[in-house]
Amino acid sequence: MAHHVTRREFVKRGGGLLVGFSLIDGSVAPRLLASTPRDSQAAEDPSAPPDSPSRLDAWLRVDPDGLVHVFTGKVEIGMGVETAFAQIIAEELDVPVSHVRFVMGDTAQTPDQGGVGGSTSVSNGAKPLRNVAASARAMLLQAAAPQLGADPAQLEVRDGIIINPAHPATRVSYGAVAGRADLHEILQVTGAGFSLNVEGAGTPKDPSTYRVVGTSVPRVDIAPKVLGTFRYVTDVRVPGMLHGRVIRPPATGAHLVRVNDEPARRIQGYVRTVVKHDFVGVLADTEWGAIKASQAVDLTWSEPAANLPSHDSLYTWMRQATPKASRQTLPHGPSTSAGAGDVESALSLASSRVEASYEFPFQSHATMGPGCAVADVREGQATIWSGAQKPHALRKGIAELIDMPIEHVRIVWVEDSGSYGRPGFEDAAADAVLLSQAAGRPVRVQWMRADMTAWGAKGPAVVCDLAAALDEHREVTAVRFTSRAFSGGEILYQPSTGDNFLAARLTGVPNTSSVDEFVSWGGQTPAYAFPNVQSIAHVVASLYDGPSPLRTSHLRDPEGPAASFAVESFIDEVAAASGVDPIALRLKWIKEPRAQAVLQAAAEKAGWQSRPSPAGHARNSAGDVLKGRGVALGTRNGTYVGTIAEVDVNRRTGALRVTRFVCAHDCGLIVNPGALTRTIQANLVQSLSRAVHEEVAFDDRTVTSVDWRTYPIARMADVPPTVDIVLINHPELPPGGAGEPSSRPTAAAIANAVFDATGVRMRRAPLTAARVKAALA
Amino acid sequence: MSRFSLTVNGQSHTVDADPDCPLLYVLRDTLALNNPRFGCGLGQCGACTVIVDHHAVRSCRIPVSSAAGRPIGTLDGLGTPEHPHPIQQAFIDEQAFQCGYCLNGWVMTAKALLDGNPHPSEEEIRRAFQGLICRCGSHVGILAAVRRASGHQA
Repeated sequence: MAHHVTRREFVKRGGGLLVGFSLIDGSVAPRLLASTPRDSQAAEDPSAPPDSPSRLDAWLRVDPDGLVHVFTGKVEIGMGVETAFAQIIAEELDVPVSHVRFVMGDTAQTPDQGGVGGSTSVSNGAKPLRNVAASARAMLLQAAAPQLGADPAQLEVRDGIIINPAHPATRVSYGAVAGRADLHEILQVTGAGFSLNVEGAGTPKDPSTYRVVGTSVPRVDIAPKVLGTFRYVTDVRVPGMLHGRVIRPPATGAHLVRVNDEPARRIQGYVRTVVKHDFVGVLADTEWGAIKASQAVDLTWSEPAANLPSHDSLYTWMRQATPKASRQTLPHGPSTSAGAGDVESALSLASSRVEASYEFPFQSHATMGPGCAVADVREGQATIWSGAQKPHALRKGIAELIDMPIEHVRIVWVEDSGSYGRPGFEDAAADAVLLSQAAGRPVRVQWMRADMTAWGAKGPAVVCDLAAALDEHREVTAVRFTSRAFSGGEILYQPSTGDNFLAARLTGVPNTSSVDEFVSWGGQTPAYAFPNVQSIAHVVASLYDGPSPLRTSHLRDPEGPAASFAVESFIDEVAAASGVDPIALRLKWIKEPRAQAVLQAAAEKAGWQSRPSPAGHARNSAGDVLKGRGVALGTRNGTYVGTIAEVDVNRRTGALRVTRFVCAHDCGLIVNPGALTRTIQANLVQSLSRAVHEEVAFDDRTVTSVDWRTYPIARMADVPPTVDIVLINHPELPPGGAGEPSSRPTAAAIANAVFDATGVRMRRAPLTAARVKAALA
Repeated sequence: MSRFSLTVNGQSHTVDADPDCPLLYVLRDTLALNNPRFGCGLGQCGACTVIVDHHAVRSCRIPVSSAAGRPIGTLDGLGTPEHPHPIQQAFIDEQAFQCGYCLNGWVMTAKALLDGNPHPSEEEIRRAFQGLICRCGSHVGILAAVRRASGHQA
């Protein structure tokens, strides 16, 4: 377990941090207001540390009004997890969902649950919450039992009212007994981070009795957002706050030679320019002043040699690079048996072979809000308001960045726009920290669009080479999968080290915490049980080892869309070479029944006619528009997705239009079908965007994708007229992840549909109109 | 610095600002009207949309000096939690968004569209929104909400 500073220690050391800042309109977010009960109650307890995760009341408190306050290290990033948690708590406690309030991600008030990542918030992160609620229920019933004249086991609860069913008029509310209940109960703690769990006296309900979990409760955050009463981190303002803007080098490897802020001094409100090695920030009293001053300040940079290969030669460069690390992995599942490893001999003895290479580009998180944070670093204390999705890790990273004891650092999480990994909200926080430290005043840093699109961390480019051996009956006897990719761990997905921040790199700190992450068969792809499978994964070194706009980290479903684009396209190529229907081939070789079930469900919904691809009408059709259908499977940590895309391809222009998606989705027990459906729909559109539009462009000096024109993403015209979601519920299974899996198969489903329509195979993403047109020529 | 009179959601405000300062920063930083959101500062995404003279405009691109004296509408002024505007109600009913950071642009653009054309065709809806960005990909829900709102607006 990480060391937890007790609430009392924190108050003693830096109590002013907790209460020292009011917000201009006093209502940053309901979650912050909800922190009041705990703030006021916690400090006086004489025994165990009140914020140790072994204490029930570190997780959950019931106030006299019966409101249930839950403290979680998980945060909402736009997919509705707060609502799912509220349903789970309400289910166990038998209170209305509206009585459940959350404090999320405030490092001074919540357990470290690793933050949000890996689609684990409901699958793992809700476990301790469910157990805590069950134990709180047990404690509350125990406290009420003497008054109600019954054993706790005989009592019932309706809407937060405890009732003795033998004497229904005998009742007491949770709020009334909360003061007597022993919510200091010590829990059994296991695991840490994403897998942190606690167990206490209460046993969670049997899922077959659920009444709230499994229903489409409206998301608790949607109405406040639509009504305009919701507050994002961009709306946090603290007294005495300066506005900051950062200025990045014009080229990778460029060093700052000279700073002349004379022109900026003429800007109204300009305060100063902060320079630390190659890190530059401009401060002003007003936001507009900061923007104008950042444009006015006269910086001279060195002109380094070209540090990057040309964009056109990226994939050649990746293939020729000596890997910095390699890993051969055996396939997952049943295919590990029977001669796995005889791939070379199978390929050399094959009666025919299918070989193909697939390429997937760098992609930008390009978050909707470009990144914003407020930092107050004064008198040995640091408070940072940030929407980064892993606040406890950010706390560690910031402490290391400024060499401050972690006990003196607090992250107050406030929702930002959807982050989808490690986009740079963490870097914006580090920028704000350095600027506040230099200014001795609170600083709000708002990134401009290019700071995010061009300089945010990137999803890595991936190249996959595949080969299959077919016997004389055109049956697959072996597959070899080889990947070459930049590491998704060049920048850690947990922002827990000081050296990973862009600001650190620009101030000359070397990055020593990178890890190699491998793209493997069965890791980011389905594990088809072919008789022989070999998976070889290479990590190639970063294109530029200094502070680089092409540094790589986790972008939604890390490397899943890239690897599944390759493997799921390749399976289609094998099916075509074998002359069999692409769903039939998948059903033959994927052994997991739930994977088979999503393929069958999608096929049924789509009215899929069994036949090999291509459709064969390409040569005969007189019109410009060719129609096709494609399928792909996605498997991810126990969640299964079958996606079918139907496309129109204009053979004159290359323009590609997805006319229909059908997506069958199985993530175990469904907590909220309505919210899940919306999240899958959005996943499909975002992954369509990545499949047909998104590619970070760069020249030999720097990234040239700086805005929405130079980094186009899907817009309304791209959205399919029909999007059918088929949810497969498994109440007998635990809930699995749903934030990322349906991003995985989309690109291959589209590419396979293009092949079906045209007979032409697209092996490089994105499938832009220019690329499709060139391939058809 | 100059002094400007702004009429926002029917209320008058006097503000001191650089004449070329985009309206967005005056609304957000001076008046604490937070719903127009900074997305790009380039007029490319629409997160900062407000309604000026019945037109949806990008507040990051119009200087405060040219907005002075004209009626400005923001999301805050559309409805109240007790009485949501029918367009807001439609977006809530459809649970249309993921993170919602961009929603100001979609709701305000829907307002401008439906005020001028209460029953737009599917094609007209899509065209009206082509200039907006939603990074989460919430478009399917947004389309459903606008269809619902156009059905409800007589």
